[in-house]
Amino acid sequence: MSINKKVGLFIPCYVDQFYPNVAISTLELLQKLGCNVSYPMNQTCCGQPMANAGYERDTVATTQHFLDTFESFDYIVCPSGSCVHHVRDHAPCIEGKETFQKDIQHKVYELTEFITDILKITDIKGTYPHRVGFHSSCHGQRGLRLASSSELNQPVFNKAKQLLAKFEGLEWVELSRKDECCGFGGTFAVTEEALSVQMGKDRLQDHISKDAEIIIGGDMSCIMHLSGIASRNKQAIKFKHIAEVLNEAII
Amino acid sequence: MNSREQILSDIRILKIDNSELPAIPQFEYEADIIESFKTSITTNKGEIISEEALMDLLESGEFVNVYSASESYSKHSNFGLPEDPHELKNLDLAIIEGDFGVGENGAIWLDDSKLGHRVLPFITEHLVIVVDKTTLVPNMHEAYKRIGQAHSGFGVFIAGPSKTADIEQSLVIGAHGAKSLRVLLV
Amino acid sequence: MNHPVQAAKFLEDKSNAKWHDETLWFVRDKRDLSSKSIPEWEKLRELASGIKDNVLSNLDSYLVEFEKNATKNGIKIHWAKDAEEHNQIVLSILEEKDCKAIVKSKSILTEECHLNLYLEENGVEVVDTDLGERIVQFLNQPPSHIVLPAIHLKKEHISEIFHEKLQTEKGNNDPYYLTQAARKHLREKFLAAKVAITGVNFGVAETGEFVVCTNEGNADMGVHLADTHIACMGIEKLIPKREHLGVFLRLLARSATGQSITNYNSHFRSPSEGKEIHIILLDNGRTKQLGREKFRNSLKCIRCGACMNTCPIYRRSGGYSYGSVVPGPIGSILSPGIDLKKHSTLPFASTLCGSCSDVCPVKINIHEQLYEWRQEITKAQSSINAKSIAMKIANGIFSTPFAYKISGQIMRGSLKILPESVTYSNLNTWGKERDLPELPKQSFKDWYKNKGNE
Ligand code: SF4
Repeated sequence: MSINKKVGLFIPCYVDQFYPNVAISTLELLQKLGCNVSYPMNQTCCGQPMANAGYERDTVATTQHFLDTFESFDYIVCPSGSCVHHVRDHAPCIEGKETFQKDIQHKVYELTEFITDILKITDIKGTYPHRVGFHSSCHGQRGLRLASSSELNQPVFNKAKQLLAKFEGLEWVELSRKDECCGFGGTFAVTEEALSVQMGKDRLQDHISKDAEIIIGGDMSCIMHLSGIASRNKQAIKFKHIAEVLNEAII
Repeated sequence: MNSREQILSDIRILKIDNSELPAIPQFEYEADIIESFKTSITTNKGEIISEEALMDLLESGEFVNVYSASESYSKHSNFGLPEDPHELKNLDLAIIEGDFGVGENGAIWLDDSKLGHRVLPFITEHLVIVVDKTTLVPNMHEAYKRIGQAHSGFGVFIAGPSKTADIEQSLVIGAHGAKSLRVLLV
Repeated sequence: MNHPVQAAKFLEDKSNAKWHDETLWFVRDKRDLSSKSIPEWEKLRELASGIKDNVLSNLDSYLVEFEKNATKNGIKIHWAKDAEEHNQIVLSILEEKDCKAIVKSKSILTEECHLNLYLEENGVEVVDTDLGERIVQFLNQPPSHIVLPAIHLKKEHISEIFHEKLQTEKGNNDPYYLTQAARKHLREKFLAAKVAITGVNFGVAETGEFVVCTNEGNADMGVHLADTHIACMGIEKLIPKREHLGVFLRLLARSATGQSITNYNSHFRSPSEGKEIHIILLDNGRTKQLGREKFRNSLKCIRCGACMNTCPIYRRSGGYSYGSVVPGPIGSILSPGIDLKKHSTLPFASTLCGSCSDVCPVKINIHEQLYEWRQEITKAQSSINAKSIAMKIANGIFSTPFAYKISGQIMRGSLKILPESVTYSNLNTWGKERDLPELPKQSFKDWYKNKGNE
């Protein structure tokens, strides 16, 4: 990728509000990797929470705003597979602007796929002496195909884990259920509270029983849910977004 | 409009664009067909049996009522094919010749021409199927090629004994049909 | 029916819920192993999906072809536009044969039509002969899973029912012992029945034959001993040619239980001498679903049950939590088409994780259809309900940066000043069993601005 290309940083609303460090890490990481990144201040939410709740039709204005905000960028990069999946595949069609919308949709990338597929960086060097569990968020994994899915008969891959493959000292734990959903699911977390919590507990248990110290993930929404349960139950396991881990590794 | 016309017209009115019927390609296979057939039968909880073992079994007196639809074992057959299939309820062992077998899953094709009564391989307490090694095909695609357009009123792929796991997923052999399947490869 | 309420109830019995989850996961595991032993697995799924697309786009002509060939083979074809007509046809055949007791092998379609109830009300004894179905029938329950009807029951419970109904030893919970008792009991029924009913796994247009797959052999025991065989078949069960059976039979059992094939796969083409075969072709909402473009391909389903076994929700909430004949992911996209209001919570009983779509042997985009049903359901619900208004306000907020900023500040601000008792009160569903993240001093937006960017 040419250094002159402009990268627009797309930060999901809840990351902006609750996890600024993940956004900062994403920005710094991209800069360290040589990108010309800026963050359009006008951005809001992509509309996913509403669309998944069944109100896609009410997100036309939100979608329109998203397109206007990011129109001038060559690439739009976001540290959340779920939000990218929404913008690319679910945002309502803006009538009369179909081609314009398609063009922008094709420029939106999740952070790890941007690094592996556009920047063509296969791995990053670093040191991380920890036992780590990886949480594959479903919308990124099966929606964007950021990783192979255990249901399919296909070669195993995982774009995020691949970036950490050369990290010294990093030891992955092998989960019993490689890619089962954690139960966050947006409004599901509240409308189906009992199930959501049970799924989260089960997911955590899989990591904890394999002695993982840290869970790394690519979507803070799942992590917010999992860490919320861990914290309530005084489970000592820690959580990191992949952007934070990568950014800390590169000096 | 009767229901037939109603249903057909409800479909026609939709004018759905034709979606092409895909062609089934030729799939490669590597495994030794005889070996994979044997493994499949065992996995399905059937048993591969040798000619001697079968003879021993037949002579052991373990099976009181034996019916052989296969010429080769007719001398062990002591149970005539009844007119009424219900009378097969006392049959202890049936010996049938299979048409051919399938390597990938152990399925054996039987049709009306081999059965006498359709219920025979199901109602018998125990079942022996004789399969000629040279008839084995690798997979189900080849199996249907082999059946081709042959017309039989009834045909069945049998791949193992009757089984169920409906109680807590514990496997039990011998639900309603034959309690055992022995396959003799000749 | 309200899925969240039922799911919460199911989860109350923690050890049972855990058992249910793990047992079905084990089935999914076996399916994984089995599917991965076939190098062309994904190609087979594509083929199956493509064949079914072709069927659905020419359903009328395949139905006519099937009818023509089956009739030529001596089978009697009936058409039923709905459940009521279907049941009446069955009853009229039984009356004609003067038959007061039938045996029936597994058929989700007859569950859909509530055939048992109808026949019983008309004085016919119905005996379900699949072991799992017989067990739930003893309990007057519907199946809780389409392939494993009694998966919600423990052996102790089954032993109790059998003790009561079949006089088995009290407290003998051995599955082998219990199965043998059922075998003996059902043998009598098989030998006595004059009419046997089965479902249909596949109907072949080219030959007019149909295929029924079982492991127990109960379908065959029933139909070959009876004088009359009634096969109940949804109009979507057709496939064009015999050779296509090769594709579907390779997928079906592997997806369902991980077996390479079911032990009995019976092909019925014409009745044996002196006997009769009837096929009832049922619509009951299928042509309607065919007309809904977004949901059309839900009709490709071959009822393997894999989407249930893989679904993290189904495994933890049980079949009954769905309150629909077909539970689980596929049920949640079929049922709203039958009764939108009754099943309005089902499309929301999902995280849209997509595992169902990846596991499905005919590649139904189940989770995308769940998303689409959500859109339909909110449209159908009164547009002035509270949630809808909240969404409109949200859209207003997110489309104007200023309003978003203010509301974010209020949100973070109020979380800071409110006492924990309020934040984590029962009103706050999130906080019942989860802590909220620690609040940062400033949002990323503020940080970015403070760094001198504007
Ligand atoms: S939707 Fe697919 S996975 Fe689910 S039962 Fe039907 S065929 Fe099987």
